[in-house]
Amino acid sequence: MIPPKFEYCSPTTLDEALSLLRRYNVEAKLLSGGQSLIPLMKLRLATPAYLIDINRIPGLDHLQESHGSLSIGALVREADLELSEFVRSKCPIVCETAKVVGDPLVRNMATIGGNLAHADPANDHPATMLALEAEIVATGPKGERTIPATEFFTDFFTTALRPDEMLTDIRIPVPAAGSGGAYVKLERKVGDFAIVGVAAQVTINATGMCERAGIGLTNVAPTPLKAYSAEVFLQGKHLDQASIEHAAELAAAASQPEADLRGSVDYKRDMVRVLTIRALTAALERASGQVR
Amino acid sequence: MTIHRIRVTVNGIEHEAEVESRILLVHFLRDVLRLTGTHIGCETTHCGACTILLDRKPVKSCTVFAVQADGRDILTVEGLEQGGQLHPIQDGFWQEHGLQCGFCTPGMLITGYALLQRNADPTEEEIRWAISGNLCRCTGYVNIVKSVQHAAEKMRQGEAA
Amino acid sequence: MTPRTAPEVGGMGHSVKRKEDPRFIRGQGTYVDDIELPGMLYLDIVRSPYAHAKIKKIDVSKALAIPGVLDVITGETLAKYNLHWMPTLMSDMQMVLPVEKVMYQAQEVAAVLATDRYTAADGVEAVDVDYEPLPVVVDPFKALQPDAPVLRTDKPGKKDNHIFHWEVGNKAATDRAFREAEVTVQQDLYIPRIHVCSIETCGCIAQFDRVSGQLTVWMTSQAPHVIRTVFALVAGHVGLAEHKVRIISPDLGGGFGGKVPVYPGYVIAVAASVLTGKPVKWIEDRMENLQADSFARDYHITAELAAKQDGTLTALRIKTLADHGYTDAAANPSKFPAGLFHICTGSYDFQAAHVEVDGAYTNKPPGGIAYRCSFRVTEAVHTIERMVDILAHELQMDPADLRKKNFINPERFPYTSALGWEYDSGNYGGALDLAMQRIGYADLRQEQAEKRQRGELMGIGISSFTEIVGAGPSKHFDILGLKMFDSCEIRIHPTGKVIARFGTKSQGQGHETTYAQILAEELGIPVDDIQVEEGDTDTAPYGLGTYGSRSTPTAGAAASIASQKIRAKARKIAAYLLDAREDDLEWEPGKFYVKGSPERAKTIQEITFAAYTDYPEGMEAGLEAVSYYDPPNLTFPFGSYICVVDIDKGTGQVKIRRFVAVDDCGNIINPMIVEGQVHGGLTMGLAPAMFEEISYDEQGNIQQGSFIDYLLPTAVETPKWETDKTCTPSPHHPLGAKGIGESATVGAPAAIVNAVVDALWHLGVRHIDIPITPEKVWKCLRDNGVTA
Repeated sequence: MIPPKFEYCSPTTLDEALSLLRRYNVEAKLLSGGQSLIPLMKLRLATPAYLIDINRIPGLDHLQESHGSLSIGALVREADLELSEFVRSKCPIVCETAKVVGDPLVRNMATIGGNLAHADPANDHPATMLALEAEIVATGPKGERTIPATEFFTDFFTTALRPDEMLTDIRIPVPAAGSGGAYVKLERKVGDFAIVGVAAQVTINATGMCERAGIGLTNVAPTPLKAYSAEVFLQGKHLDQASIEHAAELAAAASQPEADLRGSVDYKRDMVRVLTIRALTAALERASGQVR
Repeated sequence: MTIHRIRVTVNGIEHEAEVESRILLVHFLRDVLRLTGTHIGCETTHCGACTILLDRKPVKSCTVFAVQADGRDILTVEGLEQGGQLHPIQDGFWQEHGLQCGFCTPGMLITGYALLQRNADPTEEEIRWAISGNLCRCTGYVNIVKSVQHAAEKMRQGEAA
Repeated sequence: MTPRTAPEVGGMGHSVKRKEDPRFIRGQGTYVDDIELPGMLYLDIVRSPYAHAKIKKIDVSKALAIPGVLDVITGETLAKYNLHWMPTLMSDMQMVLPVEKVMYQAQEVAAVLATDRYTAADGVEAVDVDYEPLPVVVDPFKALQPDAPVLRTDKPGKKDNHIFHWEVGNKAATDRAFREAEVTVQQDLYIPRIHVCSIETCGCIAQFDRVSGQLTVWMTSQAPHVIRTVFALVAGHVGLAEHKVRIISPDLGGGFGGKVPVYPGYVIAVAASVLTGKPVKWIEDRMENLQADSFARDYHITAELAAKQDGTLTALRIKTLADHGYTDAAANPSKFPAGLFHICTGSYDFQAAHVEVDGAYTNKPPGGIAYRCSFRVTEAVHTIERMVDILAHELQMDPADLRKKNFINPERFPYTSALGWEYDSGNYGGALDLAMQRIGYADLRQEQAEKRQRGELMGIGISSFTEIVGAGPSKHFDILGLKMFDSCEIRIHPTGKVIARFGTKSQGQGHETTYAQILAEELGIPVDDIQVEEGDTDTAPYGLGTYGSRSTPTAGAAASIASQKIRAKARKIAAYLLDAREDDLEWEPGKFYVKGSPERAKTIQEITFAAYTDYPEGMEAGLEAVSYYDPPNLTFPFGSYICVVDIDKGTGQVKIRRFVAVDDCGNIINPMIVEGQVHGGLTMGLAPAMFEEISYDEQGNIQQGSFIDYLLPTAVETPKWETDKTCTPSPHHPLGAKGIGESATVGAPAAIVNAVVDALWHLGVRHIDIPITPEKVWKCLRDNGVTA
């Protein structure tokens, strides 16, 4: 229950934060929402000597669009994302994903940047970012660099961020007309991590043919997974029950779940199949303009 | 620095204190300010017994460090009653038997209060969703929903008056 | 039941708003951790990561080097005072702190005393314990095998892990009935260990005053008097005497049976206070609570029913293996090591029955009798209601019809069951009929048939339970020898206001209101004028506490009897004041009046004033009475619950579409409070049925050691419960009331399981052990060729 001692700093500029990161290096952790980090510290599973609170840095909580890209600041709270009409109008799957992160109280503190940077394979946004083929913007001493989401999650709780970098922005290509997405999360109860989660984002053309499909899987591997074989299969095809079911089989085959208290390997794998069908079906309905 | 001077406004009163960086906000409220209405029911950020308003948003005070609250505004259950008058959310819980042992109640009151600030007429489903971060063992939630609905009705009448 | 008193008086039947609420809604409750005393120290506990291990060495040097850490208490410290072991409430022995070895994961090993809770936590981390792991026994069946390591090496001559064998019923008649039966069904059921998880964990503040020798302990205890006596008996040799021990149970954030036992933390805190002369606070955190105390269930059951082809039940036979963890600390009445499990003939008229229960030791924390189980009644009801449903399905009979065919008819009460209980009253068919009507049973069966044609899975489950509460008559009931009476002491002040104290202890049941309502009913004094107190052993009359739904049946009855004594004296005073004969006076709530001349009356307030100012010569002043009520029997609340579920064939998730609960707890004191008890009880029936389980791996590691994996239902998982009632008063209770606190936890799980199995029976599914997780359902579906 009681965290160990640590030094706390609360920079008010990005530069200050980055210089603290550089100085304290692996002994420091960034504090954004704190809803993952602080529980770990209370259990003494995370024992950073320095905590760099980035919540007072202005300019990290924007929600805007530029050049066809939706830009979400790292410090945007999950609750704000959930309720954002702006984001819903551009890319509703992000709102749907935010809605199932933790519980409503956790969402008032938790940030999308933290959800991505923490890289818990059970976190929800990573799969959605893979489905959207989003980009992560990392800011370091030499300035910004862009990392495709597909290259961002490298291992269990590990990202491509360097020790002296901070995730500052998420850039999502605004889906074209004829797009629809859905994030479906199977959980034991509200507030739990996913047994399995599936993000599906599709674009269909005027004849109902799939132009692109993005499918991301939550909590079935050490990192979020992009179901490439399922995506490739769907490209150029009509999305119907048969093609959706086949894509779901491919997604299930691509998953690498481990048995734990949330489920056996067989169950989780079958749930990838079931949830992929549901996510694709919902995505298709939304893409076709039908109200769900 | 491991000791920080912080200034926090709690229930309208400004407090200044020196705190260790690791002290949790809930311990600051309970042990330093002696506002023991906010409770602790777990250490994994599940139960919500520690819910308070931080800059008008309900959050779990066990998962915030007191130093993070420097310069910010907090409402705890003790701040709901104003000028000797119970807030409708408090009266709602009393009228509808929305509490039994009372331990989860402060958290439920704050969450209910916050819900009604942004949604004056929530449906049953919306209420259940809003309190899904607050665990109760005694009531089975049915009367908690009724309590919030009672408060919503009272507040709508108050507005109409 | 139409209330006899006016709403302003608030007697029985009124939904009086709770008197305790004003402080809780303001956050002004006083729970143990809210209390701060000058000079108070903090205790935090070092716990074993191993389920079974020798303690080689405890190195406290690093801990003691931390500024603010004052001491580290170990088993060696307590052994000097022979306090390292102490009795459990079942007269087994438990370790307070071990000297030789630990026997469960999370067992207390040492305790750090510090100036504040943060430093105490640092101290705990700095204590280094050297363990030598020993072979672990977690399977109770294996524990009873001849080659199993003997766990309780502290018991001289103990050569196995068997705790008790207990049986009841007529074995010969039962066996014969099975041999002659037209139909028999058998089923193994496992009811897993669960944890009560009151939102407030356990804790205490122990304050020993060296000058006066007085020990005061604020404690999360449902039974403060029992604790006081136990402390005096156990620590008498180190100077604690019962008149110098005061236990105060302040506001409690839930109990549900988890706050009955004496946990090591309490004793260590007391020892620390005695050693230092300072107040010592110990509050366990949630993971400690989940891993070390407040457990329930863990029954491995094999049940059999014998019946006729037409569904008439003839006999019941049950064998159970009870996994008690490393010591028997399940606080049952001492004659009943399996509690009231032999209520398992349930609502049905069995000619013969036989039950055997064997208890086993394993390397787990002490199992318990918590979680609103009414002393193993949850286990009993789950068994009989599952078996009855299995039989109905095997015979292709409607489960409602089979139940009605076998219910004990109302005319048969008082009814003595084949296992020896005398049920006081019941109308089982009435409750079931009402439930069926409320839920629209016939329409649902039709809908189910139609859906089944389309391959949709829908189920309807019934549970028609009989509860047994109000322990209990002195002839058969005691805890550590203390008879299970309970008490009420009433004192009325000159201005007609009342203070009443009870030997029970509410943890949310609303006694400050309901007891006041009983007194309002009996005396006609408004509830607002009645102050109810519980929980301070210095002032409250002796009682056995609140658990097992016993408060209304015992202390509530005591309130009535004590009120009758008050009325008897009041009658004398009234007669004197009115210059009439006592038997010329009539009583209605609030006043005595002369028969035939109602204007010649004295109100109770006039009488109470007179009790101090103008009373007959030779009479003592004052108006007070005490009753220690020995119930002549238990009471038998009952009900019928019906649950409707829809199953998602893809995920295996079970959605409870509707749940109707019809309860009968006899005469009701406060309908609003009773309904609240049912809502809460149903939710604590839902939770073990679908979400909660405590399990251990082969090494004795707990699998659900925090709320991450021990899943308490939120408002989203919890259905909107529908409640209704019938009223069959208890013939022997002075108020006709029976008690309600645990009925819903007892009755609900079977209704849910029955519904799920009912949805899947046609696929070949016969039984699913709780908790029914989506994966378990999914497996049933896939194993039987159903996919989505």
